[in-house]
Amino acid sequence: MVHQVLFIIFGLICVAGAVNLLVQRHPINSALSLVVVMASLALIYLLLGAEFVAAIQVIVYAGAIMVLFVFVIMLLNAGSEERSSGSRMALLIGVPGVLVLGCLIGWIMINNNKQLGGVSIAATDFGETHPIARLLFRDFLLPFEITSILILIAIMGAVVLGKREG
Amino acid sequence: MDIKTFIIVAVIKIVLVVFIMLTGVAYTTLLERKLVARIQNRWGPTRVGPFGLLQPLADGVKFILKEDLVPDNVHKFLYILSPMLALAMSLIAFAIIPFGDSVTVRGMTIPLQITGWGGASGNSDINIGLLIILGATSIGVYGIALAGWSSNSKYSLLGSLRASAQMISYELALGLSLVGILLLSGSMSLREIVKQQSNTWMIGGFNTHLPHWYIFPQFIAFFIYLMAAYAETNRIPFDLPEAETELVAGYHTEYSSMKFAMFFMAEYLNMFTVGCLATLLFFGGWHGPALPFLPPLLQAILPLLYFAAKVLFFIFVYIWVRGTLPRFRYDQLMAFGWKFLLPLAIANIIVTSFIVAWRA
Amino acid sequence: MVPLSWYLVLSAILFCLGVFGFLLKRNIITIFMSIELMLNAVNLSFIAFANYWNAHAGQKLASGREIVGLSGHVFVFFVMVVAAAEAAVGLAIIIAVFRTRETLNVDRVNLLKL
Repeated sequence: MVHQVLFIIFGLICVAGAVNLLVQRHPINSALSLVVVMASLALIYLLLGAEFVAAIQVIVYAGAIMVLFVFVIMLLNAGSEERSSGSRMALLIGVPGVLVLGCLIGWIMINNNKQLGGVSIAATDFGETHPIARLLFRDFLLPFEITSILILIAIMGAVVLGKREG
Repeated sequence: MDIKTFIIVAVIKIVLVVFIMLTGVAYTTLLERKLVARIQNRWGPTRVGPFGLLQPLADGVKFILKEDLVPDNVHKFLYILSPMLALAMSLIAFAIIPFGDSVTVRGMTIPLQITGWGGASGNSDINIGLLIILGATSIGVYGIALAGWSSNSKYSLLGSLRASAQMISYELALGLSLVGILLLSGSMSLREIVKQQSNTWMIGGFNTHLPHWYIFPQFIAFFIYLMAAYAETNRIPFDLPEAETELVAGYHTEYSSMKFAMFFMAEYLNMFTVGCLATLLFFGGWHGPALPFLPPLLQAILPLLYFAAKVLFFIFVYIWVRGTLPRFRYDQLMAFGWKFLLPLAIANIIVTSFIVAWRA
Repeated sequence: MVPLSWYLVLSAILFCLGVFGFLLKRNIITIFMSIELMLNAVNLSFIAFANYWNAHAGQKLASGREIVGLSGHVFVFFVMVVAAAEAAVGLAIIIAVFRTRETLNVDRVNLLKL
């Protein structure tokens, strides 16, 4: 009961934040709505028992990546969005296509309701840091090292692209 | 303990902690003014009340009665949201911090921690307490970044950019300096880390009578943590973003009365959070020698007194440094964070992990 | 007991909203933020399925290997890391484009158009 109420509250906050991201004209308001979406997603991860991932979502996504977005919006002093005609094709094919895709996915999920089962917030030790670390540093060691090289490349790329000419 | 009791007890604890912390913040301003004054060979506030003890009350009344200006071309929503966000994030960290073991009232064991759930099997704590405090600090950057930008003024924008860049740079050093503690204790739960600091250090069977505090093996990490904490809370020697001679008060230039007071309170609350975290992780939290010659009431609250004494020692060091050192220039500040503290923290992690692996 | 399909439907809704933002908005930073929204929706579905596989632990795939629910969490960790790297480089590109074209509207960045 409590679980359902909590999920509905956080799910509504999520969807409201995402809709606000689309509706707002100024990019800073969109950025802050995205932070709200990420925070409520972190809470939904807690409902699913993923405590480490929830903390990482707040620290990395909401606390670092979105701060980067807010910095860029502040620095470029982006004003409100102007109305300009976009591609007609995107509107004609894109919007109905996405609606169809969304309804299809939703219908498939709800159809398989019985096989998917339910989620319960029992006190398990699922999603603790130790098992994740064990997986990360034993089975997934190669992707981990490759991702660290990827980050290094991204840092170098960002510095080079951001430099002024001369 | 069922959910309803937990919520009622948690609300009572929240009210108590917020009240105590805000009063502590108010009196820390007085302590700071008196101490800095003594360092500079003058009296501090002495007029209002005996020894100036009612000065925070006068300050509070002043803040409430001042005119609340909202300049013309600000982004109203963000302008009003930023100080609230800064203050809220500073207060959220106190929900995780354990202040002591537990109190037994009417058969219920109530742990002295807002998010602690007392039970028959001891006090259960959040497994990722340390990460949540780091997360609260990360979100606190938004308060400052948005405050400067929404004020629609060049001084504010520059000050907030500098302040937020400084904060995110030193967050790295702060987090990495705590990894050494995690390696030694094997857990991110704050209560667990304090519990492991309760004995004394045994070197090969020989009992040195030093308490098992993590400052002894991790003194480098403590040094890094202290520097990063000064930079995170925007205090001297890292307070360029709010220095009056540089930036006309930086990101809170355009703020007046209660909103300015909220930024002020957020800064001092951050100092308290950092101090509490340092006592929990490096100085053994509420552990201290049991003094049997005290009356039983004092003995019961002795852990709380030890905790408060250690946190006050930290605040004292903060204020002492403020009165003594000049401030860094901005490029010196960033170079110090990235080129000195970060490699030193990584070296500390490498050495600690070698020693832990060698001993196991 | 919340049915797992609710979490997956929420993930689908967020993904569709992200695609809408990507198609309909004209500001380049908002388009980038819609991409981040899509990535977050996919993360939610990974965590939901990680919970499912943990609840049905011990099941084996057809090839005989056992399924570990926590690999969903590890994958989300990798998605976050890659999203961070992508955000850094993407924003650097946006800053470079802004310096030359002086606009953030994608319709104005069309010098190659015939």
